[in-house]
Amino acid sequence: MKIEFYLNNDPHEIEVDPAYRLLDLLREDFGLTSVKEGCGEGECGACIVLMNGLAVNSCLVPCGSILGKHIITLEEFRKTDRYEAIEKGFMDAGAVQCGFCTPGFVMATESLLNQNPDPTDEEIREGLSGNLCRCTGYNLIIKGVKLAMEKGAGLW
Amino acid sequence: MVNAFHPETLSKALEILAENPCTIMAGGTDLMAQKARGFAIRPVFEHPLLFINHIDELKQISLEDNEIHIGACATLSELLESQLIADTFKDVIRQMASPPIRNLATIGGNICNASPAADTLPYLYALDAQVEIQSQTGLRTLPIREFIKAPKTNGLQNNELLTHIVLPNKEFDINFYRKLGQRRGMSLTKASFHGLANVTNGSVTDLCLALGSVAPTIVRCELTEQLLIGQSFINIEEILPTVLNKYSEIIKPIDDARSTAKYRKEVSIRLIKNFLLGLGK
Repeated sequence: MKIEFYLNNDPHEIEVDPAYRLLDLLREDFGLTSVKEGCGEGECGACIVLMNGLAVNSCLVPCGSILGKHIITLEEFRKTDRYEAIEKGFMDAGAVQCGFCTPGFVMATESLLNQNPDPTDEEIREGLSGNLCRCTGYNLIIKGVKLAMEKGAGLW
Repeated sequence: MVNAFHPETLSKALEILAENPCTIMAGGTDLMAQKARGFAIRPVFEHPLLFINHIDELKQISLEDNEIHIGACATLSELLESQLIADTFKDVIRQMASPPIRNLATIGGNICNASPAADTLPYLYALDAQVEIQSQTGLRTLPIREFIKAPKTNGLQNNELLTHIVLPNKEFDINFYRKLGQRRGMSLTKASFHGLANVTNGSVTDLCLALGSVAPTIVRCELTEQLLIGQSFINIEEILPTVLNKYSEIIKPIDDARSTAKYRKEVSIRLIKNFLLGLGK
């Protein structure tokens, strides 16, 4: 199936199996390895990317449904001021240990703050409830998001 | 490589379905998780895929004649954002999956997947939702309970699409929803209970209750509800044993990876009891 879509702001036209997972397309065909495969069934959030600005699990997205869509991965998002605020917040809070889940958490944080620039602690937990981290115990990540909100005040 | 269709309009989608048996792909969150498990294993589908979740006509949410019409491809996130969706329903949706999954998953998919643990179903049963089904030859409307046939089995013919869900535009004085899962985020339901009621001057004027994950399909018993409607809170306490016995007969849970039949039954009966005894408080 021939599909046209935008990846990290560039238009692409590719021939692809419509049932091929967006996760595999990004990693295997485009070499975008910030997108991780954890569980492969939508539970862990390590493969989260933005589709038309919203966080989605790329392991659950068949390529046949990305026609005309704008996909943004961490490789592109890291060029933004918002990313810098999140990076600084996560670093200062010690929100990163092994790092495997971090790209997914960063993208989920962007999606959350984009929709709700001033979330409560409870809303942050709810916003990141689709991401698993086996190192930090989550509290440091919540702290990281709050520091990011301070550092990036006005960006969202 | 599987074949696929990506029609721009509903009528085009129905035309394709009339000529080809297809696997209908909306948000993909159930189908992809079922078919695409495992690293680098390409998902294989028996039939060509029919992608429908971009079709505008299937995404609209509107209020017509005091009924809410929800397009089957409205995502759970879109339902949460809509001002037309009742808070009682939003309470349910907020407890489903996670934000990134809710950004993909559609209400139509949750219904058509017909899981006994489908979280939109108890509410839809409680409100006597209707579903609109279209094929190239026409439109038919079914009550939700007739559409859901058995676990994983819905009432769609090969040439049909679920296009809309129709709900009465109704809010209730009392909204009691409990979803029991292993944890709060991302959990699949062990048992769920939704009780809705209107009360005036110490008695019940309207009431419906539905239970999920405790039988092959959602449990709802109008006869017992009729017994409760019109009763004062004091009378309800008196007839409570009869009511609980009735539900005890029709709740038929199973043991599975998520929970046991014994727990599911016990907790469901206690939830019904809590709901009914709480009506006057």
